[in-house]
This record gives sequence, structure tokens and C-alpha cells, in this order.
Amino acid sequence: MKWLTSLMLLPLLGAVLVATLPKAKELLAKQLAFGTTLVVAVAGIAMATQFQRDNVDLQFAESHSWIPTFGINYAVGIDGIALVLILLSVLLAPIVVLAGWNEAVGGRWSVKGFYVLILILETMMIGVFAASDVFLFYVFFEAMLIPVYFLIGGYGTGARAAAAVKFLLYSLFGGLLMLASIIAIYVISGEQGGHTFDINALSQLRLSSTTENLLFLGFFIAFAIKAPLWPFHTWLPDAADSATPGTSVLLLGVLDKVGTFGMIRYCLTLFPHASKTFTPVIIVLAVISIIYGAFLAIGQKDFKRLIAFTSISHFGFITLGIFAMTSQGHSGATLYMFNHGFSTAALFLVAGWMASRRGSSKIADFGGLQRITPIMAWAFFFAGMSSLALPGLSSFVSEFLVLVGTYTRYPVAAVISAFGIVLAALYILLPIQRALHGPTTDGNESLTDLNLREKIAIAPVLAVILVLGFYPAPLLNVINPAAAHSIAKAGFSDPLSAIDSKGATK
Amino acid sequence: MTVFVAPSLSYSLLAPILIVLGGAVITVVFEAFLSKAIRPVAQLSVTLGTLVLALVQVWRIRHESSLTAAMGSVAIDGPAILLQATVLILAVLGVFLIADNEHFTVVAATLPGSEEERASIQSGEKLTEVYPLTLFAVAGMMLFPIATDLITLFVALEVLSLPLYLMAGLSRRRRLMSQEAALKYFLLGAFSSAFFLFGAAFLYGYSGSVSLAGIYDAISGGTGNNVFLMIGIVFLSVGLLFKVGAVPFHAWTPDVYQGAPTPITAFMAAATKVAAFGAILRIFYTSFSNAYWDWRPILTVIAIITMVFGSVVAISQRDIKRMLAYSSIAHAGFLLAGVIALNKAGLDASIFYLFAYGVATLGAFAVVTLVRDSAGEVTDLNRWAGLGKRSPFVATIFATLLLAFAGIPLTSGFIGKFSIFSAAYESGNKLIVVVGVLSSAIAAYFYVRVIVLMFFTDPADDGTSVIIPSILTRATIISTFAITIFLGVFPAPFLNFISSTATFIR
Repeated sequence: MKWLTSLMLLPLLGAVLVATLPKAKELLAKQLAFGTTLVVAVAGIAMATQFQRDNVDLQFAESHSWIPTFGINYAVGIDGIALVLILLSVLLAPIVVLAGWNEAVGGRWSVKGFYVLILILETMMIGVFAASDVFLFYVFFEAMLIPVYFLIGGYGTGARAAAAVKFLLYSLFGGLLMLASIIAIYVISGEQGGHTFDINALSQLRLSSTTENLLFLGFFIAFAIKAPLWPFHTWLPDAADSATPGTSVLLLGVLDKVGTFGMIRYCLTLFPHASKTFTPVIIVLAVISIIYGAFLAIGQKDFKRLIAFTSISHFGFITLGIFAMTSQGHSGATLYMFNHGFSTAALFLVAGWMASRRGSSKIADFGGLQRITPIMAWAFFFAGMSSLALPGLSSFVSEFLVLVGTYTRYPVAAVISAFGIVLAALYILLPIQRALHGPTTDGNESLTDLNLREKIAIAPVLAVILVLGFYPAPLLNVINPAAAHSIAKAGFSDPLSAIDSKGATK
Repeated sequence: MTVFVAPSLSYSLLAPILIVLGGAVITVVFEAFLSKAIRPVAQLSVTLGTLVLALVQVWRIRHESSLTAAMGSVAIDGPAILLQATVLILAVLGVFLIADNEHFTVVAATLPGSEEERASIQSGEKLTEVYPLTLFAVAGMMLFPIATDLITLFVALEVLSLPLYLMAGLSRRRRLMSQEAALKYFLLGAFSSAFFLFGAAFLYGYSGSVSLAGIYDAISGGTGNNVFLMIGIVFLSVGLLFKVGAVPFHAWTPDVYQGAPTPITAFMAAATKVAAFGAILRIFYTSFSNAYWDWRPILTVIAIITMVFGSVVAISQRDIKRMLAYSSIAHAGFLLAGVIALNKAGLDASIFYLFAYGVATLGAFAVVTLVRDSAGEVTDLNRWAGLGKRSPFVATIFATLLLAFAGIPLTSGFIGKFSIFSAAYESGNKLIVVVGVLSSAIAAYFYVRVIVLMFFTDPADDGTSVIIPSILTRATIISTFAITIFLGVFPAPFLNFISSTATFIR
């Protein structure tokens, strides 16, 4: 069975169905969209059960000739890392639809337009992780900017048009740099035995070190903008500020992961030597992101911007884990991508509910929510704890793995990054203290607590965070072989720890 | 006694051009003898019939190849067929727009603002001279890319240019601007023709031949005076580059695009570019190919300036037609990258790009004709604000065409950009690829800005509205939209056809 193609076609089919509905049938559009995403999620889980976790080859592979003149194939196939990210996408989609049931109302366009865009986006999110043809990946990578652009600009709040344009132009700029690199590897592949975009074939290319470094940069800058890594991050807070909570969840939770996923799948696989060359620089950038993002998060007065900056810090951790070039680092980074998706989703959704009730997302406008809306407050608290990586919650496992993986090779970077955890406590606990605890301030007395729909939406997110905190094995079992394989393919091996090396000399 | 040898003409191979010229003559006769009442319909039917018939004939000779037609002054080969077909298809779509008489003044010779002008407009008559002019221009455009000697080239150049000069001055509204545009176009065009002839004279001096093959032989022999060759190439290029609007020979472009009636702008922008680039490709690929060491650096510099200048200046435009004019300048730069590539991939890519760009351009200008207020077309960009709200359908199509210009995946523009830059890279010209993608990033800004205006800005109540298009205009808009998407998603058959057909014969 063609799992991946079916998985991509389902949301597209849903989008077509929703698009044909009359404008007035808003409820039906929502129900149809929710139903579609739910079906996709179930199908995604069903696919995951068929995944052979010890097989490091790309699974569920399909390949059809698309543009033979350029050697372009519609080729998909996933390893453990891609599987985890696809799962993340398909699981978050129904939650986003359910949680943001009334999000589309304030938009410029009809409600059904919102869901058409979300469903198209879901197709592209699956496609971008599933593609095993570099050209196909690029097509999804660029094309998915368009629905996001309209989601932010059409349904967002505040300076939404400006934020949408900033997002689009930053991403396009990075994408075009990547296009230059893609053109180069395409031409070089033609010189070395035939035009191809197959990721495995391209990883065999012989490149001079200058060429490799330049091509690596083309890809890396595109991914660093997407991820986003300091100093390419400035679009993110604006976009997160203006987008609806649901869009923000998809943007930070899934789309930005394309950047870090691309670093593993493309930068490391295609340009292993250049990755090695640039590792010190990237490690420094990652550490700066961790600390800088955390510091700026502490200073934020607005929930949405706060979460955006915490994400910059977290993406620093993920990048650190990737470029530590150890198998723990990679496993940790991949798990981190998944966990960050869920903890950011929880934070954004609850913050979005708080903001829509209060009519403001300023931290200072809230106070004493715990007494008025205990469930909402506890949900936010729980999400916050996950974001600061409290042991027992899922983020802890991944953050720990990243730091352990980094320490074996770059102890200084690991030590500095560990301060990010301390800062995380500050940027989470301060707003919790101000908004949730203390006396109830004016304007908050009549806020209502979460309704049943919202409870149903947030419960699975919190459950996943908790369960994976105690028992991450189901995911790690899938990730570990893929992570070890990607390290090996890039020509690295895990450094021996001090104890191991002593043992070895005996 | 000399024996009279009948010239070999191969009528069937010349038939497409002869059909168009025959149609042109019929329309002239109609103009003289038909009553005013039935003229518009009759002229339109004859014009469309002629173009379709010519297209059919092009299809019938698609596998032919000959250097002996018309005594060897034209070459019928793959590129010739493809370019002629492109010109004809664009002409058909263009005539659909021209059929809307609303754009043209009734008696072009009347003084703007005079009593005669008012009387002629009140008479309710319709201008029909535009049809023979169009057909003559089309015949010139079909001859230009297949001509193999400099004299035929010059004749074709004049046959295609002279009608266009006149057509640029036919606008009903803002007639002074239109006439100014026509005059500017004529004067600068006359200069460039002079340059062309001057260059042709030097090439004759260099090689003792006016045929492209003779010049090729002389260059390969390497016995001629290289100074003559250089001067000849440079001046001939000036004449050709003027027609495509490359910097620094672009000065006429914005004024003429803005002043000419929009259907004429659409036709001219799309079809002239095809004809002129077709001729440039033939001349540089077949005749000057061995002297590439001499002309490549110059053309590279011109291409780079053209891309950057067009993209940067377009940002500051406040008028949609001027913006599209500068965008066409930038695209001329991209197309020059395909000329410089001087390889089979470059030829294929250029032909694809010309078709894709021509179609999208026609579609974009077709949309411009729809946006009007009581005084005619509205081209001021600020008044396009909120178009997405007023007429989402038209705005969506326009946005798609703009995204195609910007080279976003899943549109024809992306495939075109990819193929042309990969051809340029293959030829070793990495600089032009890097400058190309960077100017694409700049260009994305102003395309996106228009999308923002249409979708994310609230409409002002200033009487701007989108008129209901006539059936023919609708046909143009929908088919250009469909082709743009189709070529973006399934370009394979088309690319295959081009790459299997397009080979210059010398």
C-alpha cells in the first residue's frame, strides 16, 4: 500500500471537499476539516505501526518519474526521523483544528478558506518530510510558504500583513539560496554520471571542498532561517505574534522543524565534510540562540512573543544536538523536535485561549487566573513545566540527551547551554507567577474556564507530554537506529567517554 | 546564355508566414471595402482564423527541417517551429484581448481633445485597423527567429516593429501619453535599427557574407579582421537587445508599456520577446558560437545589470503597468542567462521560459484591462487595494501569475527559472546563477507587495472595480492561468517535446 502518497492525498481531498461547500455552512466546514485531520492522524499512526524500526533504509518508498528531462522523480520514503516528524504533523493537525474552532471568524475571508489552507498545508507538511528527491523537497519547502502566508495575513491579528510579508520574504530569500545550491548539485550530478535528484545518489557525489562548503552554506542558511537560528530569527516573533494560535502551533511546532530536519537529512548527508568544517561556527550560533532566546524571552511582555523567543532558545538546543555529531545528540535533537512540537502547542493553545477571553495577550493584563479559571491555569502551568524541561515531562528527556550528546564532544558548549535551562525556569516561572498567581486583577474576574471542546483538545497534548516523559522508548526505538545511521553516513563515530577510554587502555 | 534557375522556395515550409501575410492582406481589403457595421466581427474572425490556420500548418511541418527554403534565407528547424508556434499561440491570446474595442480610439489621427475626436467617439464606431497591423506584426515575429541572413533579419525586424509603433499610439484614454509612447518607441526603435544595420555592414565587411552560415565559416576560419567582427557583433547586439529591453537599452520599455493600450502592451510584451530572443538565440548559437570568447563577457555583464536593475527599480514603481515593464526587464536578464549558456540545455530552457513567461505576461495584462473606474483602466497600484475582497477570483489568478513571475514552485515560472539557471551553471557561469537567484529574491518583494495590496489591504471606496470580462478576455485569463499551473505541475511532456525538437541546424 502506498502509505505516504495516501497520507498526502487525504488532506488534499478534504481541502477540495471543504472548498466546494457553500460559504454559509461554516460548521460543516469545520467538522469536515476536523474529520479529515482525524482520519489522517489515524492513518499516520497505522503507518507507524508498519514501520520496521531496525531497518535504516528509507521505508514506504515510492518513486515515479515526474520530470524526466531533469531526472526529477516523485520519490518519497522515510526513515525514523522523518516518521517521527510526520507523526508530529498529523497528530497536531486535528488538535489545532479542534482547539481553534472559532479562530477563523475574525479573518478577512470565509471560515472555509481557513480550513482549506490548513488542509493544503498538512499535505505539504507531510510531503516535505517524506520527500526523498531533493527537487520534490524543494517544491514542498517553497510551496508551503504560500498557505502559511495567507493564514497569517488573512486570519491573523495586529500587524498581520507586515508579519506575513516578513515571513515570506525571509523564507524566500533562504529558499532561493538553496535553489542555487540545488542547481549546482544537479549540474555536478550530471557531470558525474547522470542528472539526478535522488538523495542517496547525490550523497555519493565527489565535491571539491570549496564547492562543498559553498553548497552547504546555501542549504544551511535556508534551514537556519526556517529553524530559526540566531541571527536569522527576527521574522519569528512577529509572525507568531500576528498569527492565530493554531497557525502559530503549526508554524513553530511543525514548519520550523523542516529547518532542523533539513540540517540532518540534507546538510549532513549531502555535505558531510562541509558540515564538519562549519560545526564550530554552528555550535557557537546554537549556543548564542539558546542564551539569547532565553534572555529575550525573560524580557517579553506578551505571551505570544514570549513563546516565540523560548522557541528560538529551544531550536538552539536542537541545532546543538544535531551538530554535536553524536548519536545521543541526534536522537535527542529528533526527540526534541517532537516534544517541542507538543509543548509549544500546549503553550500556544492555552495562551491563545487566555488571550481570546481577555482580549489581550499582554502578561501584565492577567493576574490570579488560578482562582478564576483553574483548569486553564493548570494547563498553562503544565505546558510551562514541559517547556522548562521538568524531569518527568517529555522535554526533559530530549534536553538531557542533547546535553549529554554534546558534552562528549563539546563540553564547553554543553556547559554554557546548560545555563539555558536555568534561564528557562525564569522565563516560564515569572509569567506564571504574574498571570496565574497572586490576587485577581481587574478585568479578569469574569473570565470563563475551558469548555469541553477545549479540554478535549488540550488533554491529548498534555497526556503525550507526560507519557513520553516517563516512557520515551516507543519514539526513541524508532529514532535511535536512524540517528546512528545518519551519524555514520556523515562519517562520524561517537567519541568514547572518559571512562570508556580508560577501560580501553587497560 | 545563362539558364534561368527557378528559385527553390518550399512553399509548404513558408506557409505559416504566408498564411499570416495573406490574412493581413485580406484584412486590409476588408478595411477598405466592408461596411463599418460588420467590420469588427469580420476582421476579428479573419484574424483568428488566419492565426489558427497558420498554427495548424506549423504543426503539420513540425518534423521538417530545411535550410533551403526561400533560397536559403530562412531555416526551418526545431527551434523555428517551436518559436513560431509560441508566437502564434500568444497572438491568438493577444487578439482575444485586442477584440475589446473599448481600449482603442476610433480615429487615431484626430487631435487629442479636439472636436473631431469627440465626434468620432460619439459616432460609436470601432477601430479595426488594429487587426491588419497585428497580423503584419505577427508575420514579422514569425520571420525574425527563422531568418538566416542579415538582410532577411532586418526586413523581419522592420515588419514586426513598424506595426507595433503604430499600435502603441492607439489608446482611447490618455491619448497624449499613448502618442508619446508611440513616438518614443518609434524614435528609439529607428535608432536601434540603424545600429543593427551598422553592425550588419561590419559583419559583411568581416566575412564577405550576409548569411549567418557565411559569418560562422569566417569566424571558424579565423582569417578576417577581428576588429570588424567585434564592432559587428556589438552593434548587431545593440539592435537586438533594444527589442528585448535589456539594460542599458531599456529606456523605452516602461513608457511604452504604460502608454500603449493594455491589450497591445500584453501582445507586445509577450510576443516581441519571443521573436527577439528567438533571433538572438539563432544568431548567437549558430553564427557567433565560435566567437563566444568575445561576446560572452559583454553579454554576461549586460545580463547581470539587466536582472539587478529591473528588479531593484521595479520596487519603487507605483503603477502596475510600469511595474510589469520593469519586471519584464528583469526577465530579459534571466533569459539572457540562457543565451550565454550556449548549450543545448540553455536553448531548451530559453524556449520553455519564453513560452511560460509570454503566457503569464498576457494573463497579467489581461487582468489589468479588467480593473477600471469611470475614466478607464486603473493602473495606480494604490487603487488596487482590496481587490481580493471585491473580486477574489480575478485577484487569485493575478496573484498566481505574479507568483509565477517570482518563480515559486508549482508554477511555470519556477520550472523556467530552474531550467535556465541550471543551463547557465552547466556552462560554468556560476556568477550569473548567484546574481540571478539574488535578484529573484529582490523581485519577490514587489510581486508580494502587490499580493499584499490586493488581499491584505482594505478597499478604498474610490470607484475602482473589476468589470465583468468579455468571453474572449475570460478565455485568455483562464487559459493563461491554466497553462501556468499546468506547466508548473506537469511540465514533463512539454519539456520532452522541446528537448527532442529543439536543435538548430546550421
